Amino acid sequence: MRSENQRRLSGELALLRIIAFKFLQAVPVILIISILAFLLLSLLPGDPAIIIAGEQASPEAVEHVRQQLGLDRPFLQQLAIWLLNLAQGNFGSSLILNQSVLSAVGERLPVTLSLAALSIAVTIPVGVFLGSLAAYYRQSWIDAGVMTFALLGVSIPAFWIAILGIILFSVHLGWVPSSGFTPISQGVGPWLSSVILPALILSLFQIGFLARMTRSAMLDVMGQDFIRTARAKGLSEWRTVSKHALRNALILIITATGILLSTAIGGSVVIEQVFALPGIGRMVVQAILARDYPLVQGTMLIFGFTFVLINLIVDVLYTLADPRVRHD
Amino acid sequence: MTDIGLEAIVSTAGLAPPRRGRSIRRLFRHRSFVIGFVIIVVLALAAIFAPLLTPLDPSAMKVRFRFRSPASDFIFGTDMFGRDIFTRVLYGARVSLFVGLAVSVISGFCGAVLGVVAAQFRKLDAPIMRLMDALMSFPAILLALGIAAALGPRVSSVIAALTVAYVPAGVRIVRAAALVVRELDYVQAARLSGASALRIIVRHILPNCFSPLLVHLTFIFAYAILAEAALSFLGVGVQPPLASWGNIIAEGRDYATEAWWVMLFPGIAISLAALGMNLLGDALRDVLDPRLKGGD
Repeated sequence: MRSENQRRLSGELALLRIIAFKFLQAVPVILIISILAFLLLSLLPGDPAIIIAGEQASPEAVEHVRQQLGLDRPFLQQLAIWLLNLAQGNFGSSLILNQSVLSAVGERLPVTLSLAALSIAVTIPVGVFLGSLAAYYRQSWIDAGVMTFALLGVSIPAFWIAILGIILFSVHLGWVPSSGFTPISQGVGPWLSSVILPALILSLFQIGFLARMTRSAMLDVMGQDFIRTARAKGLSEWRTVSKHALRNALILIITATGILLSTAIGGSVVIEQVFALPGIGRMVVQAILARDYPLVQGTMLIFGFTFVLINLIVDVLYTLADPRVRHD
Repeated sequence: MTDIGLEAIVSTAGLAPPRRGRSIRRLFRHRSFVIGFVIIVVLALAAIFAPLLTPLDPSAMKVRFRFRSPASDFIFGTDMFGRDIFTRVLYGARVSLFVGLAVSVISGFCGAVLGVVAAQFRKLDAPIMRLMDALMSFPAILLALGIAAALGPRVSSVIAALTVAYVPAGVRIVRAAALVVRELDYVQAARLSGASALRIIVRHILPNCFSPLLVHLTFIFAYAILAEAALSFLGVGVQPPLASWGNIIAEGRDYATEAWWVMLFPGIAISLAALGMNLLGDALRDVLDPRLKGGD
């Protein structure tokens, strides 16, 4: 009894140690991300002040930009100021929006979040279901059909299918508006109809990705001894698959969720542009085309930090879900 | 008995990478591989021999032929400037396939070098891997968008941007494989018998990382084609008048309801290219990765 308790305690300690280690590992990553975002400006060919102010700008305007961005200071001093500002939660300000990066991102967050959340909410059940179905009926027409669909999902460019989708569902059928966003505060119906098509298109790649991943994880698990044991001891097929196989495969799927979120956010950059949704992705593209580099840098940083956090959460969940990790 | 035993040990030690001939024969019996191979070979030939397949110039504007629908004289139709879409899709294939190839080769090379260095030299492991973690924290397309925008809209910027975005995954794969191989008995034996670090890396570690890296790079090829199209579509990739599948779609988008053919055909081309590479990747993984055979 006591030794059982002790074992549990040492297991929990090991778990805490792993989580603490992951947090410590995230510190240098956050620092490197901050420096990388800073260095983005030095990739510009030529004088950043001239490029940002524009070729035709007057020398005074260029000088103004130079001072505003602190480009007249020595390089290391610029980096130090950049990092100090970040430490105080200051992500810089947009040159054209007359807004801080944080408030510009915050304002557009509901759009991008609606898109990403809805797309993930569709992707996870559908992707896991299709992947399991294909694995269970492997090398049947069901498997072939699901895998063909998944393969097309990861091969067809989202922005292209989005244009085709607008032509079919908005122009010809008139089911959903072709562009624009309605906040959820104005009713769930209008909100849903403004984001459902872009979210589903975003899901096509994701479902394809997740179904392929689930299928190979399930095939891996289904071939293992404990599945044979479960079957041999007379468990029903449903219990074998749902309790034993899927549960084990879920551990891999947790890991996939981090990648899914990342591709959902990345995909929303392009999809928001096609559907003219006023989200963060569309803002980044417009910032790039308007040479508003501080806004680009700040937004990339916010995304970078967010994904460090998401990956940390995924890592912790993974450690919690898989006891084997703790005893390594 | 002893002879056979010895021979087995010697042959497994000497033939660390799977026997090439057998793998290639198995690949060509794999349905996905054959379909993917045919698609990619056809697209590559079309790109290489574009000038022989079409007499037209991809950027020649003939306003009196604008918005012709697909017919015998313009099989894919023409765009708002009267340019032939078939010709532009063929020349666009050169850009897209070149970007895909360049990104997978360069990111594969960088991934192999950094991954092996991280696995072999403990002091460099943490710095390299934390840098890769940092790069992987940005959504790939956003990172590429930022870099491509900073470097300026050129084919080389797109290649550089996508390479940076896709190197980290390659480094992780090579490092993971190298860490496993390092501990294998015959590599330890080689080390104990006095082989230099370089010899161990070149003779033992790299050949064993080759299969997982090759599979990975095939998928990267597909991602790069999709990402290049997306960047060019957004206006930060390959710039008009140079034709790229992505920017043909961007140009055709405003007329998509009336002149659907302008954006339809380059989209099919992108999908086919990505599909072909994904099929090749699936087949290579089945054949080269023995762990996954157990399932089927």
